[in-house]
Amino acid sequence: MKFKPIFFILFTGAALYAKAIPVCHACEIKSIKEGIHQADDFDTLLIKKGRYKEYNIVVDKPLTLLGEDFPIIDGEDKGEIITIISDNVTIDGLFIINVGTSYTSDFAGIRVKKCKNFLIQNVVLEKLFFGIYLEKAGDGRVFHNKIIGDAVNEYSSGNGIQLWYSKNIVVDQNIVQHVRDGIYLEFSDNITIQNNSSSNNLRYGLHFMFSNDDVYTNNVFENNGAGVAVMFSKKIKMTNNVFRKNWGTASFGILLKEINDAEIIGNTFEENTVGINVEGSNRIQYRHNDFINNGWAIKVRGACYNNSFINNNFLYNSFDISYNSKMNDNVFENNYWSDYTGYDLDKNGIGDIPYRPVKLFSYIVNRTPETIVLLRSLFMDIIDFSEKVSPVFTPDNLLDANPLMKKSVRSPIR
Amino acid sequence: MPLPPLQLNRPMLKILKYSFYDLIRSRWSYVYFLFYLALGFVLLFLNNDLSKAVITLMNVIIVLVPLIGTIFGVMYFYNSKEFTELLLAQPLKRSSIFLGQYLGVAGSLTLSLVLGLGLPFVLYGLFRSEAIWDFSLLLVTGAFLTLIFTGLAFNIALSNENRIKGFGYAVLLWLFLAVIYDGMFLLSLIVFEAYPLDTFSLVASMFNPIDLSRTLILLKLDISALLGYTGAVFKQFFGTNTGLFVSIIMLFLWTLLPIWRLAYISKRKDF
Repeated sequence: MKFKPIFFILFTGAALYAKAIPVCHACEIKSIKEGIHQADDFDTLLIKKGRYKEYNIVVDKPLTLLGEDFPIIDGEDKGEIITIISDNVTIDGLFIINVGTSYTSDFAGIRVKKCKNFLIQNVVLEKLFFGIYLEKAGDGRVFHNKIIGDAVNEYSSGNGIQLWYSKNIVVDQNIVQHVRDGIYLEFSDNITIQNNSSSNNLRYGLHFMFSNDDVYTNNVFENNGAGVAVMFSKKIKMTNNVFRKNWGTASFGILLKEINDAEIIGNTFEENTVGINVEGSNRIQYRHNDFINNGWAIKVRGACYNNSFINNNFLYNSFDISYNSKMNDNVFENNYWSDYTGYDLDKNGIGDIPYRPVKLFSYIVNRTPETIVLLRSLFMDIIDFSEKVSPVFTPDNLLDANPLMKKSVRSPIR
Repeated sequence: MPLPPLQLNRPMLKILKYSFYDLIRSRWSYVYFLFYLALGFVLLFLNNDLSKAVITLMNVIIVLVPLIGTIFGVMYFYNSKEFTELLLAQPLKRSSIFLGQYLGVAGSLTLSLVLGLGLPFVLYGLFRSEAIWDFSLLLVTGAFLTLIFTGLAFNIALSNENRIKGFGYAVLLWLFLAVIYDGMFLLSLIVFEAYPLDTFSLVASMFNPIDLSRTLILLKLDISALLGYTGAVFKQFFGTNTGLFVSIIMLFLWTLLPIWRLAYISKRKDF
């Protein structure tokens, strides 16, 4: 949002002396390439409805490419379609299809290369390799685009929105489906990803690598091959997102690997095989999240220290927490656990006996994965019960000393 | 040993009919039927989702159906002992008498189960739901479990004159197959964790009708995604037609062996 004033000044100011150049099959200028060639800085190319069979369109001046009634730009699978190499470019209202496939140069529908202050909005991309590729770009905005891929294999498909060495970008209200990774960030800092919907992608809905100080909020990640992966990054804020139906033998809501100082607040994890899979992650705050009907709500793989799980709701998960060591350095406090069977004699809303979220069965499954075939066997219920009464195997300091008696309700303002 | 002929002859049908009507009129069948009816309705009332209700029902069926089959079978056998002795004095084939009684008990139990669970599910729109196959599988395995455990119970009762002993063995049998077997299974999985155990666990779950039913149903539900790698191996086996075929054959064997032994022992036993 913080870029809006800049654009406002830029484009209203520019409009005073800029002109609009119409491009259509019946016009004087028949192709977009020719339009760009003829245009002066800060002009608007008004692209009328029609089918433009063009690729390798290089925008090398600060221009606005404005589509009227979604003109189709058909790359005919020959290569990259639009490459932006100038600052202050706006792309608005285009329908881009048939991006070429190349394993050496990663053709994209729209590539922003080493420039600033761009705006890409209302673009529809179909039949693509890479969708919107931001390469060493900064201070831009990717807003309200729709990217529908037709990816079949992970190795032969590209990502929907890719950010590479980019800074200060807002990715807002996009819909990404059926590509490899919905949104992919690598070495990109200070990025805001909000109100997007990323679903049915082959691999991850959202994928972070080596990217710090980023925020993603109010997104929906549904039915992706593996979920959302956040790896090797610092200070990421993940708030109010929904992770749903990432269901499969190797799927999860979020995978956290080597993540430090993150905040995971107010998210909903529903019907994932594993809600959050944590590995080597420290000082993470989990607050006000809802874990509903997951196989495992949280799977802690080890080397996780100083994490705190406070005020979360764990509802009807097959396993709440899975832990693979007897050592525990993480805090569980004031969570609501639907499996909690304790009582509250003093009626202060907090259970009088602690809750142990690690079941013996989940401990055994961690040791010997084959034992999962005994899932839902009566024997397992019996030993889980006896372990609950007198814990022997599960870490004895892993407990929620003050479990809530009722679901924790988040105040609307945080 | 040649298997005795299992044709449904006239006196056997008559005894089957008698036992069946006797049980249908008895209070216990109604209690059993009403229990399932209530269970089905309550489950669907609390949670309108048919496929979720199938998961919960599975838990009930794999524990309760064998238990009730065992207890009911033993009870019926001992209770109708006088009547059996009266029948034995008649010019009737022994196998007809016992098989008739067995089929009567197992049949009425199966009927209670199928009707008791079927009615609420049908009323809640089973035929329009995708859960119909899972549910049918649930009922089929439930029926098999009834047949198997009633048969085993009849065997125990026939071999033990002493009622207390008979009951004890019957409960022990249930306890073994429902609980202890899994415990031993688990222990062996942990002890031999260094070895590849996929084939072993496949075979081990084949040899216990309760485990077999549990695995069969579990793999049909989407909860099978929790099973991970081992689940994939299982799915590769049970998911194919061969796997389903082999499991059904196993369940048939589990049903036929007790029946065959029942006929065999009853022929030779001195009453």
